[in-house]
Formats: sequence, structure tokens, C-alpha cells
Amino acid sequence: MAESLYQRDVYGQTLIELGKKRSDIIVMDADLSCSTRTGVFAKEFPERFFNFGVAEQNMMATAAGMASCGKTVFVSTFAIFASGRAWDQVRNSIAYSNFSVKIVATHAGITVGPDGASHQALEDIALMRVLPNMKIIVPCDAPQTRDAIMTAAETPGSFYIRLGRPKVETLANKGDFKLGKAQVLIEGNDVAIIACGIMVAESIVAAKSLAAKGIKARVINMHTIRPLDEEVVLDAARSCRGIVVCEEHTVVGGLASAIDEIVAEKYPVKVRRIAVKNRFGQSGEPAELLKEYKLTAQDIENAALVLAA
Amino acid sequence: MAAENKKIIELEAKAKQIRRLIVSMLAEACSGHPGGSLSATDLVTALYFSVMRHNPKEPLWQDRDRFHMSKGHCCPLWYAVLAESGYFGQEKLMTLRKFGSTLQGHPDRRVCGVDVASGSLGQGLSVGLGMSLAAKVDHKDYRVYVLLGDGEIQEGNIWEAAMASSHYKCDNLCAMLDYNGFQIDGKVKDVMGIEPLAAKWQAFGWNTIEIDGHNMAQILDAYEKAKNFKGKPTIIIARTVKGKGVSFMENVVDFHGRPPTKEEAVKAFKELE
Repeated sequence: MAESLYQRDVYGQTLIELGKKRSDIIVMDADLSCSTRTGVFAKEFPERFFNFGVAEQNMMATAAGMASCGKTVFVSTFAIFASGRAWDQVRNSIAYSNFSVKIVATHAGITVGPDGASHQALEDIALMRVLPNMKIIVPCDAPQTRDAIMTAAETPGSFYIRLGRPKVETLANKGDFKLGKAQVLIEGNDVAIIACGIMVAESIVAAKSLAAKGIKARVINMHTIRPLDEEVVLDAARSCRGIVVCEEHTVVGGLASAIDEIVAEKYPVKVRRIAVKNRFGQSGEPAELLKEYKLTAQDIENAALVLAA
Repeated sequence: MAAENKKIIELEAKAKQIRRLIVSMLAEACSGHPGGSLSATDLVTALYFSVMRHNPKEPLWQDRDRFHMSKGHCCPLWYAVLAESGYFGQEKLMTLRKFGSTLQGHPDRRVCGVDVASGSLGQGLSVGLGMSLAAKVDHKDYRVYVLLGDGEIQEGNIWEAAMASSHYKCDNLCAMLDYNGFQIDGKVKDVMGIEPLAAKWQAFGWNTIEIDGHNMAQILDAYEKAKNFKGKPTIIIARTVKGKGVSFMENVVDFHGRPPTKEEAVKAFKELE
């Protein structure tokens, strides 16, 4: 059994690591520093941490002002507030100028669980994907979270990094992390499964089950949503009978839409989308919710079987 | 005293020159916002030509005082003072709002001297707060000036920023409220009243100074007082006249967002000689 870790814990530790190395690193939060784990940075570097209380719009535009003075600013809150509540500030004050503001949004997706629909961000990838200059990373596990944070810190410009609330299993043998370069975790030419975030682990389970049935599924970890690795998508389209896209997000505007846009224009193949279908979330345990919203390995396998037939 | 008077006379002449530039660029552009550009002219002219520490030859100088125009629609004023200061050539002003020009309808970083884009109202005080906190982190002594519109402070984001600026005791931050009393839909007091203004800002932890925003002596005095006030951010609530300096534009709400015609511009120039 592989280890399971909170992505947020790794985020907090990585911030400390960065803070020690670089004096230009500033961290901001909006009254959720315990949950997002920016609080551990605050303890270590109080003079470089700013809590803005329950006021996300102010936090985002303030981050822009800071970045204009040469700072690299990490801002954190829950994904629903980072992407929705402060969208106009993110658009006009941050992305428009491509400032080095790194939005690290935690508690994304349905697996927020008991808090229910108001707190379950199912739209955030879509809201960020429409903004020019915004780079988007959805790490699949805790070690990849560190890769994403380090990459964002080293790469000039605006970033949105999406983290979840629960612990996630660490996936083996992913290879090196490179912004905009997807990771092929399992080779196969019958059907391709492209996933991000926690859906990558589900995809691996599905691929193993498919293999037992004689179907070779290629599993692709699309950790970077923008810039998207078009080549890996087109290669999957050319070599497989179809593509299953999996994300813990609404079916509109996220990774599934991004894949659809590429294959529709450049190499039409059948696509099945494992994502939330035009519904708000609800309270429940993560496992119950993943089942209810059809985001399980079994759902992925079912879709792949249809495409491979 | 004589030196002070001379400075005031020079700044008044400079403000007149800035107003002429505003009128001519807007007439040329055939769109844009004269009313609020003209009402804030004296406040911003005093900053660039007397108060602020800046160097047009070194626009990214780290120790420069920062200015941010939160009410971005009044950028003709900003562009005019930047050009007059020497950040770029004056011939560029006539490209305002034209395709391919760096002088966009609302300002962005393509313009030499503009650090952060604006245009979506309510965000600029936060931007200034970020600059102010950056100065604190770096132990730098530069000051930050943010121009706000009176209609603009109806935005909730302004009050989030107001709360945070006093929480962090940003005494290097100075906001100027261009209180001309008008917004696009009419008088501010009819559209959405903002009084009692000074009391509101004081309740949010700010030092307030109320002045006549067209009296250069009062303007300079207010900036000096703001600079010397410690422990709190300062807001200069400046009573102004929308369209100031051009009689037929003064207090006419239509000129919030309508440029003068070529004929009106000629008339305006006569008044601004």
C-alpha cells in the first residue's frame, strides 16, 4: 500500500523551503491559513505573510500590487472563493498583467465532502482556463504538488494550482515533472484515459481492470491544463479507438472541454467524459459523492469498454 | 513664502497645460471621459510636478513613489501628466484609444509609467495596499498614491481594502478621493449616496483631510500633512468640479463619458489659454 498524504501539507512545507531560499516569496491568505496550510509559512516568516480576513477580492488585487514591486506572491484560499468570488480581480489585476501571483486553491472538487455544494468548486478550472496568461496545474498527488509549487515559483507569470482536501495516495513511477508536458503512466493502444488530480489514481485502477479483460488502456496524467500538451492528446487520438477524459469538475469548460476542442479540430475521435454533469454538489463523504456523481474507476472502465468495443 | 507662491503659480500653469492636452486628446479620440479627468487634474498635477519622488528617465527605479489611478477611465489625465513629465513623447497622446496604440481606453502596463492596469473599478486601493506592504517588507521609504473616484467607492472591494490598509497601519499609503459628485447615471447622491464620507473613512481607521481639490495651496498642504501623519493611511477628500476648467463641461453629467466635438474643443482651448 502506497503512502497517502495531504497535498496541502506538502504545499505548506514547500512554501517554507522556498521562503528560506528566496526573500521575494510573499504568502497571503483569507482567514483559511490553517486549512490551506499557509499558516506554517506564517509561523516561520511572519513578516512575509499577510492575512486579509474574509475578503478574497482585496487579497487578489493586493497580490497584484505586491507583484508589481517584484515579489513572487502565493495566495491561498478555497478554490470556490479563489476562482469565483474574486474572478474579476484575478482577471483584471493579475492575469491581464501576467503578474507573478501564484494562486494555490485548496478544497477543490466534490471531495470537499460534508461542507456541501456551496464549498465544492466544480467550475474553477473552467473559470481559470478562459483567462489568457493563466497557467493551470492540477497535481495528482502530494509529491507532484511540490513539483507544481516549485515550478510556479521558478516560472514568471500567473498560475492557478488546484489542490484537494482529502489525503491522496502517492502514485509511483510518474517520471519527471515538466510544465505543459503530460505523463504517460501506462502504455496502451486500445483506448486512452486522460485524467487530472485525484482521477489519475482512479484511471490507473480502471486500466488494471481493463487489462485483465484484454484491453490495453493508455493512462495519461494531464497535470498541466494550460498550456495543454496537445501532442500527447493527438498521439492518443491517432493510436487509440477513443479517449476517456476524467476530472473532478463540471463537464463544461474544464479538461474534458480542452481535449474535445483539440480532437474536434485536429483529429476527431470518440470522447467520453467522466465529470460532473450539470449538477451542484451536496454533503456526504468523498467516497459516497464520487459514486453518486459517477467519478469512480468503475465509471471510467465502463466508458472505456464502450469505446474499445 | 515667495518661493511657495511661485511654485503654486507654476503648478497652476502646468495644470492648465494638462487640461489642454486632455481636451485635445479626447477630441482627437472621439471617445473617452473628460469630466473626471478634468476634475482630478489639479490633484494629479501636484503629485507629478511637485510631490512625488520619481524619474521619467528611470521608470522602474525601485525607490520611486508609486501612483495608481484606480478610476482608470480618467487615464487621459494620467497619460497627459506622464507625457508632460517626459515618460514618452507628447505626439503619442493623439493615438489615445486608437487601434495599435499603447494608450488604451483604460490604462495597462504597455504604457511607460503605468505599473498596474486598471479599469474595473474598486480594485486600485488594494493594488496600492500591495505596493505599500511591499515597501514595508523591503524597508523602503517610498510612498504610494491612489486616485479614487467618488462613484467608485460604491464598490465593496474599496472597503475591504480600506479595512486592511488601516489594519496594517499603512501610513505610506495616501488615497485621493476626487469628490466631483457625479457618476454616469447622475448625481452620486441620487444614484447611491456615499455620505457621511469623512466619518466612514475615519470609522475604517483612516486619517482624513478635506480640501478644495482645485486650490493648489490646499492640495500641497494636504500631501505634506499626509506624509507626516504616522500610524494610519490618509485619504484626502477633495471637493472638485466635474469638467473643471471648461465652463460648458462643468457639472454636466453628459461629459462624464462624452468627448468634446472639434468645435467644442476650440471653445475649450480659448477658456484654457
